[in-house]
Amino acid sequence: MNLIVDALRNALAGPFTFTVAAGECLAITGASGSGKTVLLRMIADLDPHEGGVTFDGVDRASLPAPAWRRLAALVPARSGWWADTIAEHFPREREAAWRAIAAGLLIPDALFGRSIEEASTGERQRLALVRALIAEPRLLLLDEPTASLDPVSTKAVESAIAQRLAAGTTVIWVTHDAAQAERVGDTRLRMRAGGVLGA
Amino acid sequence: MTPLTLHAGDIAIAAILLVIDAALSIGLRLRFHRALAIASVRMVVQLVAVGYLLRYVFAGHSPWLTAVIVLAMSLVAVREVAVRPVRRLAGGNAVVALPNVLGIVLLTACFALLTAIRPHPWYDARYAIPLVGILLGSILNAASIALAGVLDNVRQQRDAIEAQLMLGATFRTAAAPLLRRAIRTAMVPVINQMAAAGVITLPGTMTGQLLAGADPVDAVKYQILLLILLTGASCLAAVGTAYGAVARLSDGRERLRLDRLS
Repeated sequence: MNLIVDALRNALAGPFTFTVAAGECLAITGASGSGKTVLLRMIADLDPHEGGVTFDGVDRASLPAPAWRRLAALVPARSGWWADTIAEHFPREREAAWRAIAAGLLIPDALFGRSIEEASTGERQRLALVRALIAEPRLLLLDEPTASLDPVSTKAVESAIAQRLAAGTTVIWVTHDAAQAERVGDTRLRMRAGGVLGA
Repeated sequence: MTPLTLHAGDIAIAAILLVIDAALSIGLRLRFHRALAIASVRMVVQLVAVGYLLRYVFAGHSPWLTAVIVLAMSLVAVREVAVRPVRRLAGGNAVVALPNVLGIVLLTACFALLTAIRPHPWYDARYAIPLVGILLGSILNAASIALAGVLDNVRQQRDAIEAQLMLGATFRTAAAPLLRRAIRTAMVPVINQMAAAGVITLPGTMTGQLLAGADPVDAVKYQILLLILLTGASCLAAVGTAYGAVARLSDGRERLRLDRLS
């Protein structure tokens, strides 16, 4: 289930060409505004761009966009919410599963009955991660998933992702924290100003 | 029952009210007398011109002339709908407004002329033009509110829409809350108009007919027919415009294309 990213580019950043082996984590570091988010959005096919992506031998262009995004889940740095209560953002038929994942990420159970405005930034970030994990994507695109978290929650997120990696999920993890990149990445790349990736 | 005829002198007496308004504006330094004077003159000149134009059109029985006037009225309405939102779609808001306004006014006007009103011939300008005019007023309202509801709110809904896209929703599903809110808002004025009719206000058409000497029950029948037509047209306009605007904000890969909005 290799991920092959081939010459992805748009007006803001790129071209990006790299490969991530199945079940491995590529950690990408770099200054804010250098194009890390742009890269993840292009892989998830959320912005117009040139270039191609192949995952597990399947050409992204051969799949309808929603099917691709169920396979390759992007967890953005700033999460969006559309319903009145937090629980309504999760599939009702799999409630036991998402409550278990949420508990693993130290999210208080009582939070689900409240509205999203009552959740802290760090809680929202972990809730968005739960929402993506529950769909069991085979490729996870994480944009600063622990940026607003305390060390204990950060550790919980890192071990939840490690479990997914062990189960064969491929991960691209964007972080500004070099020590975290060292901890979580099997391979590491650095985004330079102007949107160029290097070792 | 003979309608009472108004003479220019009778209207001049009523205009004393406007003079009092202007005097108040000058005396209390409200500074609206200039705008009031210009608006009053415009109102009189525009309406007199329309009166003579319609007298000419009604006498002529030319379906082509009627068609040209209906088209011109519709294009003015399209422009009003297109300029109302703060945001502009690439290619212009008229791309969405034109087919909706024109299509719906023709559809509802022909429907009413061929089924309920049935003049001879069915395109008789005396019926077609006033009907198109009142329909356009409602369509303009509904379409412009729906269009602004989508275009002016989509940017702040970006995170919510893209969050659903990232989870594998289609653009149609992700944009549904925005779409529904825009359509519901656009339906408020016309639903209020029906709910208030006769209790809080006497609708304009009915008031005009009563003042011109018509029987109240006859006037009411026309008013009911009109309110049904206006509501039907408004709903179609709100739905068509909101869906049209949302469709312009996506592409074949189910993305939210805010770059098409300025």
